[in-house]
Amino acid sequence: MKLRIQNGRLIDPSQDINAVVDLFIENQKVVAIGEAPDGFENADILDAAGQWILPGLVDVAVSLREPGFTQKGTIASEGRAAVSGGVTTLVCPPNTRPIVDTSSVAALIQDKADEAGMANVFPLGALTQGLAGEQLSNMVGLTEAGCIALSNHRNPMASTKVLSRALEYAATHDLLVVFHPDETSLSEGGCAHEGLMSTMHGLAGIPEEAETIALMRDLLLVEKTGVRAHFARLSCAKSIEMIADAKASGLDVTADVALHNLLLTDQVLDNFDGHYHVLPPLRSDEDRLTLIEGIKAGVISAICSDHQPHEKMAKIAPFAATEPGMANVEIILPLAMQLMDEGDLDFATVLQCLTSGPAACFGLEAGSLAVGSFADFILFDSTARWTWSYEGRKTKGHNSPYFGDELVGRVMSTYISGQRVYQVV
Amino acid sequence: MMRSEPRALQLNEHGQLKHFLTLDGLSHAILTEILDRADSFLSMGEQSVKKVPLLRGKTVVNLFFENSTRTRTTFELAAKRLSADVINLNIETSATSKGESLLDTLKNLEAMQSDMFIVRHSDSGAAHFIAEHCTPNVAIINAGDGRHAHPTQAMLDMLTIRRHKGRFEGLKVAIVGDILHSRVARSQLQALTTLGVSDVRLVGPKTLVPSFFAEMGATICHDLEAGLKDVDVVVMLRLQKERMKGALLPSESEFYRLYGLTEDTLAWAKPDAIVMHPGPINRGVEISSEVADGRQSVILDQVTNGIAVRMAVLSMAMSGQLQSEDGAATGDEK
Repeated sequence: MKLRIQNGRLIDPSQDINAVVDLFIENQKVVAIGEAPDGFENADILDAAGQWILPGLVDVAVSLREPGFTQKGTIASEGRAAVSGGVTTLVCPPNTRPIVDTSSVAALIQDKADEAGMANVFPLGALTQGLAGEQLSNMVGLTEAGCIALSNHRNPMASTKVLSRALEYAATHDLLVVFHPDETSLSEGGCAHEGLMSTMHGLAGIPEEAETIALMRDLLLVEKTGVRAHFARLSCAKSIEMIADAKASGLDVTADVALHNLLLTDQVLDNFDGHYHVLPPLRSDEDRLTLIEGIKAGVISAICSDHQPHEKMAKIAPFAATEPGMANVEIILPLAMQLMDEGDLDFATVLQCLTSGPAACFGLEAGSLAVGSFADFILFDSTARWTWSYEGRKTKGHNSPYFGDELVGRVMSTYISGQRVYQVV
Repeated sequence: MMRSEPRALQLNEHGQLKHFLTLDGLSHAILTEILDRADSFLSMGEQSVKKVPLLRGKTVVNLFFENSTRTRTTFELAAKRLSADVINLNIETSATSKGESLLDTLKNLEAMQSDMFIVRHSDSGAAHFIAEHCTPNVAIINAGDGRHAHPTQAMLDMLTIRRHKGRFEGLKVAIVGDILHSRVARSQLQALTTLGVSDVRLVGPKTLVPSFFAEMGATICHDLEAGLKDVDVVVMLRLQKERMKGALLPSESEFYRLYGLTEDTLAWAKPDAIVMHPGPINRGVEISSEVADGRQSVILDQVTNGIAVRMAVLSMAMSGQLQSEDGAATGDEK
């Protein structure tokens, strides 16, 4: 099958392209940009006039909830939500039930994802058995079964010694480890950024040192062991400095942030709305602005939705008793557009952090429409005004503070390997 | 970008109270109205017939998820003196399904067509949660939520101060002890600043007095003498024994030596300073018996004033509910 996409504006940060050009697809891959190659005279034509053609998004944190928590979401429901948000490749965390600490669970997730036919799914494997932080998982076996990297999620390690050995073992086999820096003795019981808002509202605070102390320890161990490392969901200004320093000293590390930490601060906690209960917490405006600076400076190379769907009851409780997390994967792009409303960032930088940036962190062949790449792309109407409604959502999750908001910019259709998997009806 | 506009959840369209959740955002005028009304109820308490019919035919539910005999009893007395029917419910919170049981409990009580819930709960924001998820036309009164707020306690303290000092402007007030865990201190600070007290000192070690309180208009003192120097009002807070386990303090004896209120340390305050305590008192832990029972102590006045303030708040919230036209502040599908 041959497909010519014409009249659209192709924006691809991986190739530094932002121009109205045609895109040519054959056998699931991009074969040319601009001039038609031979044999495309009778190709199918997709008219993208007035729309942007973007590489499919790469989201490094989408909880699919299956197996184990299908009341919150399934691989099929969250895969559908992902592609409706323009996400064609996603990484899912290991905290399912059973946990992704055996090859069979990793295989199950990928089989179900293939069956659903939605986004390309890459599970993270558990760094330790049962995420208990005590015994190492079969890291090599998990990797062979398709796990893209290993992580102990937000669960603590039993000791720094176990962590150190896990990293040495991972380094032996050149495996990537994903860190969620969190010193649990400081964050335990907390539900909000330690600051004026949490103090005023009597909510137990999570100090920034919960993140930075763990981050410093992790960086020292990364330096010692030489393990490949990615730091996930950084939330503090100081963390950005620490990653920048580590990079400057030659350490090969990457980092991501959750989109909501770029958009919101702890000021939203005024009414105790549990929809704003996330971990790590929404922090101060200074933190938020420093995260944005980190993106501009290339210290942060990925923005993720940190999609965590929940059943309705999970948020029907006083703030601290609600389960943390938001389910925003299907509006990740219009939300990211809001970063530019402030004049903080240009679109190419934001898009890079949603495509080739995260792909590079995890060594994924995705997030680019360069000739030879799989034709994972989206058509995006950057001026469409629409309202994301609770009734119209694709996720099984009930938890987003954005239901009912008017958004600017809408994913009109999503293609994976040249095949359409989603279209606005 | 900042999404939350502080909703006036507790006010109706005429700006009157329809719930009483927090003092945050309430005007000087509303606080003064509560105090004035409480004053008039106080004089009624001295009469042989102590009832007025303001809540006649209304059902008030005391919904206590946390034990508190004193607060519950004064709310019950206040509601009965307003001629309401009162039901007391003490509900143990289940750690596993707190939210679920809370919502289920509410639905059941709504079905009994109650008019007012007086709520105490260990989670900060519980009263807000209930006000948002409850059927309209039920007034929610916060009787203490987590570390967040205890607005009726703060208002009875304000009444006690006003009755003894006659004013708020120019007063110096010290609040001493475990500020970190105290919903009383938070509400007192809001009440005092709204009513015009510009010198509020929070006194205690850094472990119990986080620096963020300075941004709320208080002066932070880690030294008791500096904190009590020339104050008109001393508020002592109860120190829970579990604070020692949480590594917040070394020992009761060291706390008492550094921050305890005794006749000697009280001498740093003005000679006519009053001593308050929200109770229950730990004698010899935060305050000496001599001071607690001494001539400057107004601790028992606080209890008497508590009934009058609660009558004022209950009657105002019920009247605000009845005059609320929309009554439709229900939770949406979020």
